Amino acid sequence: MSVSVDVRNLSITFGAGPTAVKVLPDVSFSVKPGECFGLVGESGSGKSTVLRCLSMLTDFWQGDILLDGQSVRQLPLIARCRMLQMVFQDPYGSLHPRQSVRTVLHEPLAIHGLDDREARMRRALTDVGLPVSFLDRFPHQLSGGQRQRIAIARALILEPSLLLLDEPTSALDVSVQAEILNLLQRLREERGFTYLLVTHDLAVVDHMCDRFAVMQRGEVTEILPREAIADNHASHPYARELIAASLAYEGVRPATARA
Amino acid sequence: MSPILEVENLKVRYAGATSDAVRGISFTLGRERLGIVGESGSGKSTVGRALLKLLPGATISADRLRFEDIDLNGLSERQMLSVRGRRMSMILQDPKFSLNPIRRVGDQVAETYLRHFDVSRSAARERALAMLAAVKIRDPERVYGQYPHEISGGMGQRVMIAMMLLADPDLVIADEPTSALDVTVRLQVLDILDGLVRERGIGLIMISHDLNLVRNFCDRVLIMYAGRVVETLSAADLDHAEHPYTRGLLAAQPRIGGPRRPLAVLDRKPDWLEEKA
Repeated sequence: MSVSVDVRNLSITFGAGPTAVKVLPDVSFSVKPGECFGLVGESGSGKSTVLRCLSMLTDFWQGDILLDGQSVRQLPLIARCRMLQMVFQDPYGSLHPRQSVRTVLHEPLAIHGLDDREARMRRALTDVGLPVSFLDRFPHQLSGGQRQRIAIARALILEPSLLLLDEPTSALDVSVQAEILNLLQRLREERGFTYLLVTHDLAVVDHMCDRFAVMQRGEVTEILPREAIADNHASHPYARELIAASLAYEGVRPATARA
Repeated sequence: MSPILEVENLKVRYAGATSDAVRGISFTLGRERLGIVGESGSGKSTVGRALLKLLPGATISADRLRFEDIDLNGLSERQMLSVRGRRMSMILQDPKFSLNPIRRVGDQVAETYLRHFDVSRSAARERALAMLAAVKIRDPERVYGQYPHEISGGMGQRVMIAMMLLADPDLVIADEPTSALDVTVRLQVLDILDGLVRERGIGLIMISHDLNLVRNFCDRVLIMYAGRVVETLSAADLDHAEHPYTRGLLAAQPRIGGPRRPLAVLDRKPDWLEEKA
């Protein structure tokens, strides 16, 4: 139950004629079923926008996005939500402060008319490594890592096959990040999800992803395999600079650096 | 050389809290770069703010809290005003929130100088422009007249550094100075800060959750856990840390070129809470 993703000439333009502003000039990439694909780049490079286009949270784009060969625009809302789900960056902002975990997890089940709700909610919590008793907690009674687990449980409860992860660990401590990354790895092994992971941390990409795209000013400058990071095999100057900066920051001196 | 800062048994309790957020930490700081690392909630930022007495309502107590020739312990708020920003200053995390959005960048930088020195506006402007140039802002005249929303995050953080170093303090506390910045910009900003701190012989306390940052930009590191210092190390020896908490933090970090095994997860021992380094 995993899907392929094909993004072709995705672009966003405001206005028309000579004054038109292209905020996302042209993005194309494809992700194989079951792959973990990373999107990296500096802030404002359009990585999160791509995820928002894929999930139709932003719908004024041109081009094609195909999930398993089907255009995401043609997919009815209900089917789309069953196929893809998103996990947002900040678990402090993405959970409603006045809603209990039970309310948060129950809502998608009610919308989609799924039965066996109690069992599904329990299973979702167990899947993300939280005790079932957490169903009756509110977000302020949870730590940052626990909140992000709830956000992941909410994404999992509709049994999607594609998870869009928008900087899922950048608001968390390294120790908690490790727990969430391990959880995501394990879920992928168990369920064969396709992941699209937006991050600015190349160490996370190296740990999680098979391939990744380096974005700059709304364009994909280069698509690289994970192995290209350690020795900085990028050929585009910006991708090289980004990888070199990450390596320097980690204190790793690449053996073949020509920078 | 005598230390710039001596802290002994510092305790901080927030108003209405039932326990201390910082539970008796001690350290001294010379003309060096000291890193304080720990997870969120470990009390590292509270320590930085307590030194500047930026914690309204909180109770700060210490057996000794000495900054150069001043005993911070007995200082009134009025006396503190002549220390804060002049001899000891703080660089905050996110320039988006720490710059006043409706005032020109340059005026905000010059304000520090006007406040602490008896100079004319034009002299303060000159100093501010020179300082903006020192943090490698290419066109200081233009940036001086801009508003915070017109400059990028990296430039904003350089403006913050300029503002904090303008009065030529002896101690700078940097609270997560680069965690809001992109990795490519982060190194430039850190290099600028590092260069200025070395050049002027300023003591630096770098508060961060990022072990890579303190490893590369500090001389010595304090590791904090639950309001206490569990281990003090020289930054070069970080990999040889002995405390299981420090080792756990290091192991939890994904590394470029590392094995793709599941990452080590911290197994928090209750007795860490009572340990003291």
